[in-house]
Amino acid sequence: MATQRLAGSRIREKRLDRGLRQATVAETVGISPSYLNLIEHNRRRIGGKLLTDIARVLEVDPALLTDGVDREVLDQMRNAAAVLSAEVELSRTEEMAARYPGWSALIAAQARRIEALQAQVQVLSDRISFDPQLAQSLHEVISAVTAIRSSASILVSPEKLDEDWQRRFHQNIHDDSVRLASSSEALIAYLEAPQDILEGAGTAVEQVEAFLSQTGFHLAALEQSAKPEAVLASAGLGEAAAGVLQDYMTQYIRDVAALPLDDFQTAISRHGYDPAGLAQSFAVPLATVLRRLATLPPESDHPPMGLVICDAAGAIRLIKQVPGFAMPRAGGACPLWPVFAALARPEQPLRYDVTMPGQGGTRMLCYAIGTALPAARFDVPPTIQSTMLVMTDPDSPSAEPVPVGVTCRICPRNDCKSRREPAMTGV
Amino acid sequence: MGKRVLLIEDEPNIIEAISFILSRDGWTVHTHEDGSTAMDKIVAMPPDMIILDVMLPGRSGFDILRDLRAHAQTKEIPVMMLTARGQDKDRELAERLGVNHFMTKPFSNTEVRDYVRSFMEA
Repeated sequence: MATQRLAGSRIREKRLDRGLRQATVAETVGISPSYLNLIEHNRRRIGGKLLTDIARVLEVDPALLTDGVDREVLDQMRNAAAVLSAEVELSRTEEMAARYPGWSALIAAQARRIEALQAQVQVLSDRISFDPQLAQSLHEVISAVTAIRSSASILVSPEKLDEDWQRRFHQNIHDDSVRLASSSEALIAYLEAPQDILEGAGTAVEQVEAFLSQTGFHLAALEQSAKPEAVLASAGLGEAAAGVLQDYMTQYIRDVAALPLDDFQTAISRHGYDPAGLAQSFAVPLATVLRRLATLPPESDHPPMGLVICDAAGAIRLIKQVPGFAMPRAGGACPLWPVFAALARPEQPLRYDVTMPGQGGTRMLCYAIGTALPAARFDVPPTIQSTMLVMTDPDSPSAEPVPVGVTCRICPRNDCKSRREPAMTGV
Repeated sequence: MGKRVLLIEDEPNIIEAISFILSRDGWTVHTHEDGSTAMDKIVAMPPDMIILDVMLPGRSGFDILRDLRAHAQTKEIPVMMLTARGQDKDRELAERLGVNHFMTKPFSNTEVRDYVRSFMEA
């Protein structure tokens, strides 16, 4: 039934994408508009010749209508095209994913791998440029080499040198050579241990997100008792990633205390998923409710909800992706997402109905709030962060959703005032 | 007494080698190892020339050079910088701050001696 239900929705999406009227399609395939309407609203099953005929009119592969495409793979393929600035037929991504799911998954996996390797290159590059330990080691080596060269040069100079000075410079060369050997060993040991360094902040967050995504960012172990040690042990993360996870769990435990799961789910059954109503009924900050909604247990019958947290510079600190919602972690995300608008209006709750380009105009409902974290001292600028909850397929979408995108490079909205760079050819 | 060179450097054996070759060349060499008090030393007894390391304890050679050029009493003193960091951006920064010469470690003694001569005898 799920496939059939989605098949009807997909037919509707594709028909609207192509700007075809229901009556026109119905007439072409020899059925009544009211029957097509029932199919599109998933009240009639469809298959066989009728499905093939409708697919032909809509110029899509029938498999695309029945099986659909793994949204996550689709998002990753589009992201791959954006990240690599590849000139591909973006408008046919869905068709490609439907026809060749194995190859599509491979493209998505390779893009993820490339992104991970780029992050590692960046970490290593930063390490060479800015790492104080490396700079100190190199300074030690060069200082010792300089001293040896200078002393040796004096000793071999044709100018006469008395014995005291000779002994002194010989001793200096000996001392510096010992120092050089020691600092060289330290430098080599340091350079031979890149894995520890690759646990840098950029990749650490992604490791934590990958771990959390296994459970939909829900940590059952923290719901009943605040014992993060068990979670930390089971995650098997490196030091840097473990630190990121620890921070996430600290916030999670606070959120659980403010909104115990059973009470929260009971309230949802009464108020629905309205964050403002829930925040009011528990007298808690809106951001707490947004985080809590995004971490509801996946096995319960809750709709999928995404989450983004960014800092005042717009850098993304955490993303919980859900199918249909694609936001790149690296710079260049569409600036129209409410999570960024909320930074400019701290403490003002924003509720935007948004629509993505293509994909039949996927609708999403976004709740965002910018908050100033409590300062521990006077005369320091506040730490601002913005939290956005994303609900895909909202029950009652507004009539005029705000158009957003993934990133300019793959966005077809050429008249967008916020465009920062041209789209690739083929978009 | 010959003209005075102030060597601001924190590596004892480099200090000894440079002091030796410059003294042998007829210059009076004073030394100082701490970045944070270097300006006090310079202002108290302005030298005819300064050889300044970049990485010093307490304060970097760049910061000292910036202060030197802002101070009426010291702004004309020729400065040669020594650094283990040979990147273009460091050289550009030093030039923007008003360095007279920038030398990368490991340097040759002849090179140091010749530059000091060229400044002192100009």
